[in-house]
Amino acid sequence: MSEYKMPSLGADMEDAILIEWKVKEGDSVQNGDIIAEIETVKGDIDVEVFEDGVVEKIIAQPGQKLPVGTVLAYIKTDISSSPKEAPDEQPPKEIPPVEIPPVSDPPPTIPPVEIPSPAPDPIREPSPPEITPVKDPIRKPTPPEVVLPMTSINEKNRPRASPLARKMAQNLGIDLQQIKSSNESGVIHKVDIESFIKNKSKNLKPVIQVKEPQESKKNKMRSAIAAAMSKSNREIPHYYLETSIDMKIALDWLRKENSKRSISDRVLPAALLIKATALALAEVPNLNAYWTNEGLQQKENINIGFTISLRQGGLVIPAIQKANQKTLDVLMEELSDIIQRARTAKLRSSELTTGTVTITNVGERGAEKVFGIIYPPQVALIGFGKIIEKPWAINGLLGIRPVLSVTLAADHRATDGIIGSRFLEKLNQLLQNPHQL
Amino acid sequence: MLEVQQDTIETTYREAIRMAIREAMQNDERVFLMGEDVGNYGGCFAVSMGLLEEFGPERIRDTPLSESAFVGIGIGAALAGMKPIVEVMTVNFSLLALDQIMNNAATLLHMSGGLFNVPVVIRMATGGGKQLAAQHSHSLEGWYAHIPGLKVLTPATLEDARWMLAAALEDPDPVLIFENSTLYNKKGSISTEVNKVNIDKASVVRNGKDLSIITYGIGLSKSLEAAEILKNEGIDVEVIDLRILRPLDTETIIQSVKKTHRVLIVDEGWRSGGISAEISARINENAFYDLDTPVSRLCGEEVPMPYAKHLEHASVPQIETIVKQCKNILQHERV
Repeated sequence: MSEYKMPSLGADMEDAILIEWKVKEGDSVQNGDIIAEIETVKGDIDVEVFEDGVVEKIIAQPGQKLPVGTVLAYIKTDISSSPKEAPDEQPPKEIPPVEIPPVSDPPPTIPPVEIPSPAPDPIREPSPPEITPVKDPIRKPTPPEVVLPMTSINEKNRPRASPLARKMAQNLGIDLQQIKSSNESGVIHKVDIESFIKNKSKNLKPVIQVKEPQESKKNKMRSAIAAAMSKSNREIPHYYLETSIDMKIALDWLRKENSKRSISDRVLPAALLIKATALALAEVPNLNAYWTNEGLQQKENINIGFTISLRQGGLVIPAIQKANQKTLDVLMEELSDIIQRARTAKLRSSELTTGTVTITNVGERGAEKVFGIIYPPQVALIGFGKIIEKPWAINGLLGIRPVLSVTLAADHRATDGIIGSRFLEKLNQLLQNPHQL
Repeated sequence: MLEVQQDTIETTYREAIRMAIREAMQNDERVFLMGEDVGNYGGCFAVSMGLLEEFGPERIRDTPLSESAFVGIGIGAALAGMKPIVEVMTVNFSLLALDQIMNNAATLLHMSGGLFNVPVVIRMATGGGKQLAAQHSHSLEGWYAHIPGLKVLTPATLEDARWMLAAALEDPDPVLIFENSTLYNKKGSISTEVNKVNIDKASVVRNGKDLSIITYGIGLSKSLEAAEILKNEGIDVEVIDLRILRPLDTETIIQSVKKTHRVLIVDEGWRSGGISAEISARINENAFYDLDTPVSRLCGEEVPMPYAKHLEHASVPQIETIVKQCKNILQHERV
């Protein structure tokens, strides 16, 4: 049995409103399944579960505003254990007392009948390996309910909406799951989207019961960014390093690679920079770390947070997991996917919490150089400016080269300039040998 | 249109067509009318009444009862430089001339490498409503709209009855004109200031914002009446008269769909594989993401046209069924 708590989706998050459960008591869940949706100042986020099990008890109700760390539900993780299962190591002392009515005490004595036998589904067992998603045997074998792979679960919950309504929702960044149909068939039409927009503020107010100034979401995001950045600037002694990198080899190589690909499969320089950053961090692990009260904590995985500006203003920093272990194609694919979802407010909680370092890339229309502010508790932020042609001297000769300005903002509590320099030098080396990326 | 005093004349659909034929014959000696009973009898729907006396038997020619023969002669005359207007009594009978229409009229320009146009105009009556039963009453214009090389016109208004023929005769290629037989007695006034119409654009006859009815022929007047009834219930319907079934004016259809997001196609023809299916497919191809409800169709029942009056009435779209169907589409508005 484990507690499923309100996750912290960043140093700047204090609480969130639970919008909706995507599961009900008794549902089987798997590591990575989206089980709830919450509303944060940075938008609506799908939150995931990080273990396999069965939803034992749901504590929090939609509409509640809940601080980070509040227990939202109990997940029974050890399905095969006997009913005599020892009480959980962490008994409910951590649970905020008011939140839970007495009946809802996590019952360690819950009868095993509730969870049906974990025997593997007999129908699936003999199937040849062409059934791609190999599911673990902890499945809910109740006959009428077919247990589907995750994508199909989404398919099952897929709201029925007219093409126009779907397009409107996408353009407005509204999740169709939030919208109720006003007709008997349950199909969402244009009129439902319109009334949703009209009533959105009205709908939320009575449920939340929070007294706070009427702030638009945009302003809230602005204040959240303001809080996090102020904290960072106040507490972190930043040091800054800058280097210029000749990008000719890297860009030539990329152009050649891309000429072999279809347009949709082309890799953008951003993916190359992410990969190079990740590999350089593997060599200089002190920058891939968190600074906490206990000091520097190196992180095993290199999860590159990537700053994405939102059209409505503000930004989010979803992370690409283990970027050093992924091919450029995979990185490109994930990058496109993540940007798309960031713009439609469909990020997953894990993507917002697991970044170990941040990249800010101003891109082609941006400034020549960017000096960033570290996103705590991380200890480094890498800024990529615009690639521009510049006079460049090599071996006593002057030529024109595409030049990229790279900056490093690092936490001087955690590292010294020599470490930062080593990182930038490593990054440069990698970009001069793009075939290694 | 402005409410300024305009010169108009009172007429009927039948007389408007007769005026068009008369004018064409007066203006161009190559024009002649040919068909069963068009001369002495004045046409089986009395369209050509009086023309024999006016133009003589050389130019108003009664033919034997062989559609294949006289449609073929019309095609030959057109190839030889004449401007024939061939009248076929009903679209059901035109099937006897289908070989001539499809294998000759529609193909010769192509098969001659662009050397021979076939400027024939073939008029025929279509549609039910006169208790003429299952061999005289069907709406097969959608079939003809399947054939490349033909133009298919469906005049639904007095203006189009009056002016489409001239445009058809001007066209260098074969044009089929389908006159709904229940429209012949339709009365109304037409402007004397208009003296031509196009034969390539659909027309938005009534503007609305809630739903688009796309129709043609007899469906137009029924749809307009339905729109009036719906207006009283707060439903604002746009009505489009296709006017031409081939080539279809996709652009006008799509513009309307993008405005109203809901569509009802009203077509007296049979549903399966009909022109309504083609329209629906084009909307799907071009405006899927603008649809708020599925494209809806109201078509003729898929039966041979019954003789009994009440059954015939029930076999084709009527004002009340159009009203009902529109309300069904808009049901979700009335929570």
